[in-house]
This record gives sequence, C-alpha cells and structure tokens, in this order.
Amino acid sequence: MARLSRLALDDAEVDTMRAEMSTILEHVDSIQALDLDDVPPTTHVIHVENVLRADEPGTSLPHDIALREAPRAADGGFSVGRIG
Amino acid sequence: MTGRPVDLTATAQVEALRAGEISALELVDAHLGRCEDDRWSSFLAVDAERARARAREIDAMDERPPLAGIPVGIKDALSTRDLVTTAGSRMLEGFRPVYTATCVRALEDAGAIVVGKTNMDEFAMGSSTENSAYGPTLNPWDTTRVPGGSSGGSAACVAARQVPWSLGSDTGGSIRQPAALCGIVGVKPTYGAVSRYGLIAFASSLDQVGPFARTVADAALMLSVIVGKDPHDSTSLEWPEPIAVPTAERLDGVRIGVVEELFGEGTEPGVRDAVRAALATAEGLGAELVPVTLPHAHHGLAAYYLIAPAECSANLARFDGIRYGHSAADAGDLLEHYERTRAEGFGPEVKRRIMLGTFALASGYYDAYYAQAQKVRTKIVQDFAAAFADVDLVASPTSPTVAFGLGERVADPLAMYLSDTCTIPISLAGLPSVSIPCGLSDGLPVGLQLAGPAFAENRVLSAAHALEQAIGFDTLPPGLDA
Amino acid sequence: MMTATAYEAVIGLEIHAQLRTRTKMFCACELSFGDEPNVHTCPVCLAHPGALPVTNAEAVRLAVIAGHALGCEIATHSTFHRKNYFYPDLPKAYQISQFDEPICGPGRFRFLTPDGEKELGITRAHLEEDAAKLIHVGGDGRRAGAEQSIVDFNRGGTPLLEIVTEPELSDPADASAFLRQLRLTLVQLGITDGNMEEGSLRCDANISIRPVGETTLGTKTELKNMNSFTFIERGITAEIARQTAIVAGGGAVTQETLHYDPTTGEIHSLRSKEEAHDYRYFPEPDLVALAPDPAWVADLKAGLPELPVDRRRRWVADLGLTDEDAEVLAETRELGDYFERVAAVAPPKSAANWVRGELRAQLREHDQEPWQSHVTPERLAEIIAMVEAREVSMPNAKAVLADVIADGGDPRAIVEAKGLGAMNDEGELEALVDKLIAENAAQVEQLRAGKDKVIGFFVGQAMKATQGRADPGRVGELLRQKVLG
Repeated sequence: MARLSRLALDDAEVDTMRAEMSTILEHVDSIQALDLDDVPPTTHVIHVENVLRADEPGTSLPHDIALREAPRAADGGFSVGRIG
Repeated sequence: MTGRPVDLTATAQVEALRAGEISALELVDAHLGRCEDDRWSSFLAVDAERARARAREIDAMDERPPLAGIPVGIKDALSTRDLVTTAGSRMLEGFRPVYTATCVRALEDAGAIVVGKTNMDEFAMGSSTENSAYGPTLNPWDTTRVPGGSSGGSAACVAARQVPWSLGSDTGGSIRQPAALCGIVGVKPTYGAVSRYGLIAFASSLDQVGPFARTVADAALMLSVIVGKDPHDSTSLEWPEPIAVPTAERLDGVRIGVVEELFGEGTEPGVRDAVRAALATAEGLGAELVPVTLPHAHHGLAAYYLIAPAECSANLARFDGIRYGHSAADAGDLLEHYERTRAEGFGPEVKRRIMLGTFALASGYYDAYYAQAQKVRTKIVQDFAAAFADVDLVASPTSPTVAFGLGERVADPLAMYLSDTCTIPISLAGLPSVSIPCGLSDGLPVGLQLAGPAFAENRVLSAAHALEQAIGFDTLPPGLDA
Repeated sequence: MMTATAYEAVIGLEIHAQLRTRTKMFCACELSFGDEPNVHTCPVCLAHPGALPVTNAEAVRLAVIAGHALGCEIATHSTFHRKNYFYPDLPKAYQISQFDEPICGPGRFRFLTPDGEKELGITRAHLEEDAAKLIHVGGDGRRAGAEQSIVDFNRGGTPLLEIVTEPELSDPADASAFLRQLRLTLVQLGITDGNMEEGSLRCDANISIRPVGETTLGTKTELKNMNSFTFIERGITAEIARQTAIVAGGGAVTQETLHYDPTTGEIHSLRSKEEAHDYRYFPEPDLVALAPDPAWVADLKAGLPELPVDRRRRWVADLGLTDEDAEVLAETRELGDYFERVAAVAPPKSAANWVRGELRAQLREHDQEPWQSHVTPERLAEIIAMVEAREVSMPNAKAVLADVIADGGDPRAIVEAKGLGAMNDEGELEALVDKLIAENAAQVEQLRAGKDKVIGFFVGQAMKATQGRADPGRVGELLRQKVLG
C-alpha cells in the first residue's frame, strides 16, 4: 500500500500505521455484514447530467506564472530529475 | 455606533458602514489588530497590507457593493491568488496559488475584504485542527481545548471576534463540529450549492464550502453571495431560489424529526440535556417534535471512512513535488523522489488516510470496501428521504461532546473519528445543515444540528434563526471582552 | 518424425486518436503542436490544488460520430472514472478515462484488404485525456541514461478517443489494413487529423499465439505505441515470430509490455522494473454522467456521410471504377466529393481517369487541389465531353485544361478562341495526309515494308502541322488507306 501510495515509511511507521489501520478496518468491517447486493452504489448525490463546456479557447497562464511554483524549472519546463 | 466594531455582527457592520458611522479602513484596522495579535493561532497568514489597501479603495468608492468593507477569514484550503495557501500542510509551505477560488472571488466581488488564511487540519483531515503542520488552534472558550476541526481556525477566528465571519469547508462535519465547539453558527450547504473550484480537494463527493458566523442571519447573508452554479465546477448547481436572510420568530407547524440514533452512546449528558432543552424551546415556538429513525445512520462513519480516504488517496496524488510544493532534495530516481517528497510533505493523519483509501480501492478489496460503502451511502440517502416524507427538518446534537482537551485524542484516530458521528450521515446524503449554539455544558458551548432536504437552505436557516432568537445564546467567550 | 505444431496469432488493437477539438478535454487551453513548452497550461491541466475538470462538449460530439462510424451502440448513460498511477506526465496522478460505461459500446467496422472486404469487432470506444510530453535531456534523448527529464504540459489533457477492437485478427497485414481504413474514416469525418508522426493517432497491439484449432487464448503481450502502418505490420509479425520461437522451444510467453524498434527490427521489454499495476479505477466524483439525448444521437447518425469503405464499394459496383481508381479517389473526402460531382455530369470512368491522372498531375505543379482550383467539375466535364466527341484532340484538351487552371474560363470558349478544335473537315485532313506522303518517301517505304511504328512519325508530323488539331486516330486510318490500300 505504501508503495502504491508512493509514501516512504520506515519500519516504525509501518508498525504504527499497521496497528492503526487494523483498528480502523475493524470498525469499518461492520458494513461487510450488511446484505446490500441489490442496492445500487451512490457515487454522486446530485442528479445532474451532461454538464459540458463549449469548445472555446480561454486564457492560459503566462509561461512564467505556470512555472512560478516549480521546485525545479529547467528549459522552459518542469524538471523531474532522473527517471531511472 | 456604540461599543467595539469587532462586537458587531457582519450585518450590523454593513449598516454601520452604510450609515457612515465607520470607514472600511477603521473597520478593517479594528479586526486586523486582533488578527495580528493571534492568541488562538486562528490564522496561518494575515495579509494586512492588502486588506488595508482594499479598505481604502472601498472608502473611495461612490457605489459600494453589498458587503463592502466587511472583513472575512478564509480557510487555508481555499485557493487565493498570490496569497500563500498551504491547506495546513508542509507539502504546500510557501505555495502561492495562481488563481482564486470561485467562492472567495464572489465574496471579494461583493466587497468583502480577505484579512487572512485560517488554520486547519492538514488537507482538512481531522476534527481538532491538531493535524495542522503549523501547530494547533486554541479554542477561544478554553485555550487548553481544541476548537474542533478541520476548519478550527475559521471557527476560532469568528468566536474570538478577529473577524465577523469566515469561510470553511465541510466534508464530514468540518464546519458544523468546530462551530459547535466554538459556540458559533456554521452552515454546510447542500452538496453542489457552492462551487468547489479552488477548494483544495479532500473528498470530492462530500466537500462543501460554507460560512461561519456569530448569527444565523450573517451566515445566510454570506451564503446568499457564494451560492450558485459555477461553470468551473461541473457538480455545482443552478440554485432554485435566492437564499433569504431569515426573519422568522415562530416555528408553528414545523415538524422537527428528532433522530434518536444520534443521541446514543458516546453522547455526553450535558450535550444531550442542552439539545433536549433547545428542542423543548422549539416546541414552545410551535414546532412539533416527531421521533424519526435513520436505521443506517450508525453505519455512516464506516462508510465515510472508506469513501473519503478513497477519494483523498487520488486527490492528494497530485502532490508530487514537480509542478509546485515540497520536493525532496537529492532524490536518486523518480520512485525515490515520489516516496521521499510525499513522506516528508504529508503528516501522519494524511498518510493514514491515503493508505486506507488506497486499500479500499485496491483490486480485490474494491467491492468489499469502497463499493460496499457506496451502497451504504445509498441506504442513508434513502433513510433521509423516508424521514423527510414525514418531517420538515431533522435535529440532533452536532457533536457528541463539547470541546475536548488538546492532545486528548491524538493517539487514538478512531476516537477522533467518532467526533463526527452526528454530522457524517448528513454529509453522505449531501443535505443542507446548520449548527447553532444551544447552550453550555460545563461552561463549554453545545451545538444543535438542524438539517433539511436538498435545496431547503431557507427552511433550515429560518428555523435556526427562530430558535437562535429564542435561545439567546451569548457567543462571547468568557474573558474575551478584554 | 515429429510434426511441427502450427500456430495462429490472435491480435487485438487499441487505438488512441487525438480528437480535433480546439481546446483540451477538461479545460479551455488551446491545443497546439510544436509550440514552446508549457505555454498552453492552466490550473486544471497543471493539476493545481482545487482545480476541477469540465468536459468539452465537442469531444463528446466527435466521439458519438466516431461511434456511429464504427457501428457502435451509443451509450444512453456514460461515466468517467479515475485511473490512478504515478508518472510525471500525468499531473493529477490519475487519468480521467472511462471504465465500465464508455460512450461507445460494441460495434463492427468493415475494412478493405487485397482479399476483399473484411470486418472487425469493436469492443468499445471511450473518451479520455492525453498525458503530457516528457523531454529527456542528456544521454541519447531516451529515458534511460538521460540526466534529467523535463515535462511539457502543452499536450497534457488533449482529448483522446481510445478504440478497442475484439481480438479477432490473425494476420498482421489485416491489422495494418484495418488501421488504414480506420484512419481514413476518422480523418474524413473530421474526428482526428490522423497525423501518426505527431502522435495524433497511435496504436497498441495485444498479441498472443495458440495452436491452430485451439480456442482458449494464449498469454498476451502488449506492443506499445507504433506510429506507422508499416511498423505496425512489421512489429506484430516480429512479435508473433518471437512468441512462436519461445513456445516451439518449449518455453512460455510472459505477459509484458513491449516496444518494437523499427530501426533494428528488435523487440524489447518496455519496463525494466516491472511492477504490478493496480489502477484502482473509481468513479470520477468531479464529473457528472453523460446522457446523450437519443434524438441528438440519431441526428448525428443521420448526418453521417457515406463512409469511405461504402463509397469505394459503390464506385466499383455502380460506376465501374477499378479498385485502384476507387482507392485513390477515396483518399480524402474532398477528392471523393469532387470526383462525384464530375462523375455526375461526365462518364464516370473517364471522370476517374481525368481526376486522378491529368488533373491532379497538372495541379500538383501549382500546389493546388482540384476543389480549390478554377477547374470546376462542370468545366472538367466539358473538356471530357469534347474529347469523347472528338471535338478536341487529347493533347489540345490537356492544353485547354492548363488554360483553365491558369485563368479559369469556359473550356469550349478557349477552344474556339484559340482555334484548338479538332480538324473535322475530311477533305482538309486528306490533303494533309497526301502532302505528308509526298514529302516523306522513305517513311512511306518503311510503312509498306510492314514497319507499323512509322505511323507515329506521320501522326507527329500531322499534329505539328495542325497545332494538335488533327485527330491522331483518323490520321493513322487515312494513311493506311492511302499507302496500304
């Protein structure tokens, strides 16, 4: 899970996290027992469809503003260092 | 005008300005003094210079917008252009957004003056504001206690009269619970009422922006400005009717459903008593109390702690130290860069929820966890629909407890999560609700939560106002008048 | 002696087509190619905190039209999901894509091969957003060995239609033929510009092999991002050979993602550190469902022009064109439309010859297309009619065409003004032939001796003497009559 989440955790953190997660999972496991096979899932509480945008260009950010917050800007872009 | 400007409600400040009794600059200065002398750590950033400049502009205007000159605090989860926005996280230390959230812009367009950004649990994950990377906010009623969370800073700054009102965000109770713990009014609107564009996402299907104020009328006034469809937020809604500033004094014929499940185990007796007393007051105003049952409400917490982390695990994946934010120094390869950047930038609660959410969505677990939680959500929506077939509003405590001590629940995430038992079912159903202060328990404020069907903001606010008038709660924390 | 097992390949394709919209899939940044890096970005496509996507209506419209062309069912309810994975070209660390409710459901698509028309099942077609571009700096410009990589978000968020086929192909040549037909169709419908070199159209192939007669599928590999028809065919062929060699040698194919290097013809694994992917798809809470209005969907279907495959078949069957003529003329929608307009007022076969032959050859020198030139279908038809009626000789007809291309004008008027009309006065023509016989005794002898080729010499002389007005056929006939009797 830590790898999938891209979080580096040391052994102590893993232990704490494991303990806490198991407590939480124990609690959330209570819904496993419910028989909800025929119940549709709710992904949105609003009942709206087809919210679309006209294909009209808007203003993009000035180049310097787009890069302003970049920890490492290089060659007009965002450097990611060595991918490996 | 008599007394201190900071004691005026926002509505009264609007009137004082309009009547020429005070200038915008004087008003802003009065508040800035309290913001800069921030004994409660409500604020992460105060932008005095810009606030004063804006006040001068407004003072020079002939035609003034409706909220001209009224100071406002903004939760640091809301993007404010060029004004550092951290969401309470190291990950965004020093981050200056390139754009302003739609709701903040609406307030600014209406003339309100942003004085600063308020403290919060990191990425809105928490119920005490102790998860802020920049230290906790203290409760103005008792500085050894938490203000609640995650919008603890926004609640404290209003309670401490640093600003008359503020914006917060509520995912599972993050407006209502701190409002309750700080003895003020907090409104979580219907999901889709207020644009989320510029709200740093925690759980997108639950997040809603809403106001904190010291009166229901003020909260309604602010809500009336920020509500409505935003072309930048696909889930924002056309609003059927304007939000009205409530004036009702009676509750004749209003059927209030009392949610028995939400007075249950874990509710402090003092809280229960104060809420029951408030309900008796409602009865005295002509309301009819009807017991209602929400059979799946007690599963809400479990469903919430699967859905919200699942969404947050994706929402927070963008913090990768490439385009903005914290970036690990001297990382070897890309994988190490990601893992170290995120390990360094996020605090423990955020990591916990990301991991939990990643788990709930993982292949092999999705159906049993995430999908099952979404089905529970359906049952809760149905429970509320059934209840509202019979009653106009439902009522419960906002929080099972009053403000708890700093550090008391930090080591026990589940105990912390239980703070939101009463607010979460309403969030899952996307319904409008308000917390109003209804009394004290051991000298600390107790919140009453009222909720209505979707779009019934006016009904909820009207009833809250009538009750508020009858209860006559004094929002001034002891020792604060100095 | 052991009999060698015969294997057959099972090929399925995934095609990514960039949609020809003006703006990105979920924000209003303009699409571009070749601009300076990061000049078309905004909080949405840079995934700034708090930014939200809003779906481009035109992308949905193009997807529905594409769905109709692919013979797909169009969904009445279609949703977006988040596909989660970390990579620097994916700023949100999830791609907004579609999962269990794609905009286009199952369909079938007909394509032409040298063996005739074939059909391939379409599993689905769905909308998604493209990743940004990574520029690798240092080393040889590839990821491996680069000192650093730079992200350019101009392309990030470009609308994509991903088309997934059924695994029904076994011949790499068919895969290539299908893609050609698909590209032609999508380009003609204005859905994509189809530029494969620029990456507007990309293809992945899922490939497995199994013994002939076997019905269960073997382990498949995914051959990524091939950007030309030739490479697709070669790449798939190479991968089938590789798998066959592995299996024939008693080994087992491993499921992996592969890259075909067209310069070396080699196939190598794309991910050095192969990690288990778990995309954790879940419904995108920031977007609401698409529910295309059935009447609108039906209108788009009704408005769909004839597909290239149908056009070609009709031209061959009804107009008597050769397959080759039909293929060339169906290359672009505009050329096909132009040809149709000529064929409506001229004999189709001649129209085809003129359009794909002389007309295009002459226009190429002016860098013009027929439909943009002075040569209206009516003018070309008039030239064809004059040639067929022998009112003008072929060389003069070409000269008239050149005049029309240069200055416009009515071909018949040009013929009259310049006196280019065929010499139809039999007496005049006879006199000319007599004169040529008298002046060229040596050539007359050769003709008598059976050297037929020499007729060409006389025709040439006749054309020269008449500025091309003589009818070459008639000159030959008269010559034969007079010399050979």
